Amino acid sequence: MSQKKSFQGLILTLQQFWAAQGCVILQPYDMEVGAGTFHPATTLRALGPKPWKAAYVQPSRRPKDGRYGENPNRLQHYYQFQVILKPNPPNLQELYLASLAAIGVDLKLHDIRFVEDDWESPTLGAWGLGWECWCDGMEVSQFTYFQQVAGFECAPVAGELTYGLERLAMYVQGVENVYDLDFNGAEGPDRVTYGDVFLQAEQEYSRHNFEAADTAMLFRQFTDAEAACRTYLDAGAPASDDARHRMAQPAYDQCIKASHVFNLLDARGVISVTERQSYILRVRDLAKACGAAWLRTAAGGA
Amino acid sequence: MPDLLLELRSEEIPARMQRRAAEDLRQRVTDALVERGFLYEGARAFSTPRRLALHIAGLPARGEAVREERRGPRVGAPEAAVQGFLKGAGLTSLDQAKTITDPKKGEFYLAVIERPGRETLDVLAEILPEILKSFPWPKSMRWGAASAEPGALRWVRPLQSIVATFGPETETPEVVPFAVGGIAAGTVTYGHRFLAPEAIEVRRFDDYIQALERAKVILDPERRKDVILHDARDLAFAQNLDLVEDEGLLEEVAGLVEWPVVLMGSFDASFLDIPAEAIRATIRANQKCFVLRKSGSEDLAPAFILVSNLLASDGGLAITAGNERVVRARLSDAKFFWDTDRAVALDDRLPKLDSIVFHEKLGTQGERIARIAALATELAPRVGADPDLAERAARLAKADLVTEMVGEFPELQGLMGRKYAALQGEHPSVCAALEEHYKPVGPSDRVPTDPVSIAVALADKLDTLVGFWAIDEKPTGSKDPFALRRAALGVIRLILDRELRLCIQDVSANQVKYVQYLTDAPGMYDEVVLSPGHKQRSVKGSVCEQISASLLAFFADRLKVYLRDQGARHDLIDAVFALPGQDDLLMVVRRVEALGAFLDTEDGKNLLAGYKRAANILRIEEKKDGRAYDAEPDAALAAAGEPAERALAEALAKARETASAAVAREDFSGAMQALSTLRAPVDAFFQDVTVNAPDPKLRENRLFLLNALRAATREVAEFAKIEG
Repeated sequence: MSQKKSFQGLILTLQQFWAAQGCVILQPYDMEVGAGTFHPATTLRALGPKPWKAAYVQPSRRPKDGRYGENPNRLQHYYQFQVILKPNPPNLQELYLASLAAIGVDLKLHDIRFVEDDWESPTLGAWGLGWECWCDGMEVSQFTYFQQVAGFECAPVAGELTYGLERLAMYVQGVENVYDLDFNGAEGPDRVTYGDVFLQAEQEYSRHNFEAADTAMLFRQFTDAEAACRTYLDAGAPASDDARHRMAQPAYDQCIKASHVFNLLDARGVISVTERQSYILRVRDLAKACGAAWLRTAAGGA
Repeated sequence: MPDLLLELRSEEIPARMQRRAAEDLRQRVTDALVERGFLYEGARAFSTPRRLALHIAGLPARGEAVREERRGPRVGAPEAAVQGFLKGAGLTSLDQAKTITDPKKGEFYLAVIERPGRETLDVLAEILPEILKSFPWPKSMRWGAASAEPGALRWVRPLQSIVATFGPETETPEVVPFAVGGIAAGTVTYGHRFLAPEAIEVRRFDDYIQALERAKVILDPERRKDVILHDARDLAFAQNLDLVEDEGLLEEVAGLVEWPVVLMGSFDASFLDIPAEAIRATIRANQKCFVLRKSGSEDLAPAFILVSNLLASDGGLAITAGNERVVRARLSDAKFFWDTDRAVALDDRLPKLDSIVFHEKLGTQGERIARIAALATELAPRVGADPDLAERAARLAKADLVTEMVGEFPELQGLMGRKYAALQGEHPSVCAALEEHYKPVGPSDRVPTDPVSIAVALADKLDTLVGFWAIDEKPTGSKDPFALRRAALGVIRLILDRELRLCIQDVSANQVKYVQYLTDAPGMYDEVVLSPGHKQRSVKGSVCEQISASLLAFFADRLKVYLRDQGARHDLIDAVFALPGQDDLLMVVRRVEALGAFLDTEDGKNLLAGYKRAANILRIEEKKDGRAYDAEPDAALAAAGEPAERALAEALAKARETASAAVAREDFSGAMQALSTLRAPVDAFFQDVTVNAPDPKLRENRLFLLNALRAATREVAEFAKIEG
C-alpha cells in the first residue's frame, strides 16, 4: 500500500489540494458534533458577506449509527473532510473532480455522477441544493450550495463539499470492511489498520450510546446548555443599535452541545416521536439566535 | 425562414425535473412569441443532465407591420378633445390626421397609426431574459459572487452558459443579444464532461445536435432511453436473461447520463433468498440499476444492468466492479433486514405501534389499528368475510411498518407484512389482506377479491376518512395531503367492483365514535360517568350525524368524478343524489344506469320533455298564485273531466304504484318501465287539455295532476336536475 492511498495519506492529499486553492487548513473543532457542517468555520462563517475559504477534517458522531463494531460500513464515529468556499467559485465542480483525481481516482476509468440531493438540517435551520457525488454507484461526497443557514439567507452563497473519508478510502484501497482500511501505509509490524485504531472505541461507544449513557444527566445537560446559550447571548448582546455582539461563538458552542446531547438521548430511545420534533425546534431556535448574533460581529460583517 | 437555437447549460439538473423544464421552456418561449404575433412552424425542446435546449423552426425574420385606424373627435370639436386625441394617437399636429365624412354625423378626424414589424432578433432579446428570470423550477437557487446581491438570478443549479442564435439556414445566424445573471448569450457550448471537455462552436440546430453527438452527448432523452433499453435487452439476451423493464427507472436513468453506456454486473446467488421485491427495491432505489430475470422464468437472476455515463478506457471493468461492490453492500443490508425481521413475530411488533403517532389529533398507529380492527370486524359479515379473520388481519395490517425492511424501503409496505405473516403461519386470507388492504391505490389498480382483504381495505380507508373529517382536515382545492380523495375513490371502487351494499352514512356516523382525539370544540361530547372519578366522553350523536353527512356529500362528489371518468352524465348523478337517503353507492349507480338507459329511449326523452313542461307550468302558476299545488288530485273530478285528463290521472296512479314497488325491489329498470307508460297520456294531456281552465276548481285539479307527474318521477330521480 502506498503512503498516498493510506487513510492518513488521503487526508494529507486533500489538505494539500485545498490549501493550494487558498483554503485555510483548520483542525477539527474541539467539541462533539454530528457533522462537519456544525464546525463554526462552516455554520457561522457561511453567514455574512465576508469571503471565506477553509478545509478541515471533522470527527463526526452519530450515536444512533453505532453497530458495536459489527457492521463493515456503519460507525458511530467517523471522519468527514469538509471544504467551504464563500462565495462558491464558478468552477467548484471542476475543483472537486480535480481533488478526486489528486487522491487517485482515475476519471477515465470511473463513472462520476452528480445525483440530486437537497440538503436540509432542521437543527441548524439550514438548507441548500446540490448533489450526492457518486463514484461507480457509490456515494463518496456531498456537494451543497448553501441557501440558508440559521434561518438567514446566505449572501453570498457558499459551496460546501463533504467527503466521507472512510468510504472514499475504502474505495481507493479496494477494501470491503472499514476496519480493514490501511491507516498509515506502513509495512510489516508498523502497519496500522482502521480497526487497530477504532474497533474497540466503536464497541465501547455503542455500549455507551445505546445502554449506559446517563439519561438523567443528559436531560439536565440539554437544559443547561440551552440556558447557557441564552445567557451568553444576552451577556454579549450589543449595548446599542450600532454596536457589535461580543459572545456569539461561546453561545454557539452551547448550541452544538445541546444538539449532541439530543442525539445521545435519541440513541437511548428516551425521546418520543412527538417530543423529538420539539427538541429539534429548540436546538434550531438556539442556532438561529447564534446566527443572528454572529451577523452582528466583525467576522459576520457588522 | 430563420430558426432559433437556445441552449441553457448548467450544472447537473435533477433527473425528475428535466422533462418538465424542457416543456416549460418550449411553452413559455412559443407563447411569448405568439402573444407578440410571431408564428412559427415547429418547436421542440430537449434535455440532458446538463442542458435544456430549444429549437424553434420557421420564425419570420421580422414581425408583420401593424396598421391601426383610430377615430377622433368631430372636426371643430373643443381644443381639449383634439389634444387628447393627438396624444392618444401619438401625433404632434392635426396635419398628420385625416378627416373622414360620416353621412349622419359630419366630419371626423382619423389617425392612421402604422407600426413597422419588429426585428425578431430584438423581440427574442426582450423575451428570453424575462423567461429565464421567472422560470418555474420546482426548487431553485442562487450561487457565486452574484448571490450577494438581492434579485440575483435563480436557476435549478448554477447556470454556466447560454447559446442563443437566430438566422436563416443559408447565412451565419446571429447571436440573440441578451444576458442574464452576468451570462451573455453566445455560440459556445461544451460536450460530455469527461469524454469531450473541449469548447464547441455552434451555429444552428442541425450542426449543434451533430456537434454534441460527436462530443458524446445525445441531446434527445427519448433517444437515450432507446439506447439504454436496447443495449440492456441485448446484454441480457446474450446471457440468456430477461430485463425487468421499468419505465420510471428508465426515465430517471436517461436523465442521469449524457452518453449512456450500458453494463452488466452480478452478485452472489445466495442473496436470492431475499424476497425479489426487496432485491429490486434496493437495486432500483439506491443504485438506479435494473434487475434481470432468468429467461422465461419469474425468478430473479443474480445480475443487474447498470447505466454508466462514461466510455471507460478499460471497457467498464472498474465501473462494473465498483457497482458490484455497492450492490453487494446493499444486498448485505437487505439480507440483514430480512433475517432480523423474521426473528420477531408480527404480534410482538404491535406494542411499538402504540408509540408512533399517526396524526397528532388522531392518536397513535396502535389506536388507529384498534379502530380499523373494530370496523373490519363489523363490516366482515356484510362482505362475506369471517369476522375473526378480518379482525386478525386488521390487527396485523400495519405491523410491518416497524420492520427493518419497510423502514428502509417504504414502498414494500404490505408486501413484507404478507411475507412475514406467511412465514409465521397465518391464514392465507390474513396474509393476503396484509398486502391487499392498501388496494386499490389508484383508478387503475386492482381491486382485491378476498373478502377478508375487502373488509380490512374498507375499514382502513373509511376510518381514515372519518378520522380526518372529524378533525376537520378535509381536502381543499389542490391540497389533499392525506390522500383522502384517493381513499374515497378506493372505497367507491371496492363497493362497485365487488357489488357491496353499504350505507356510508351509517357506517361513518358509527365510526366517528371511535375517534377519541377530536378537536376540543365545546359541545362535541357527552360525558359519561362510568364510576366515581372516572369519566369517559363520547361524541354527541348530532356531531356524528353532521360529520357523516358531510362525508357522504364528499363521497357523492367523488362518485360523480369517478362516473364522469367512466362516461356517465353528472346531471344524472345529481338527479339521483337529490333524492333523500341516497347513501348506498351501489344502488345510486344502479339507479343512474337505469335512468341513463331510460333517457336514451324515445319514451324517456318525451317523458322528460313532458316533465319539464309540467314543472314549468307549475312554477309559473305557483308563483302567480303564491301557493303550492302539492296536494293529490281529486280522482273523481279528473274522471269527470276530459278523456285525456281522466287517462292521465289513472295512468299516474298506476305508474306511481308500480314504480314505487319496483324501487322497493331495487328493480330500477322496472321503475323506469312503469314511468315510460306515462309518455302517451302525458302527451295527450298537453295536446287536448287546457290546464288554465276558466273553472278554478278544474284548474286547481289539473295543476294537482301535473304535480302528481312530478311526484311520480321522484320515485326514481329528481328530474329537475336533469339537463336537456
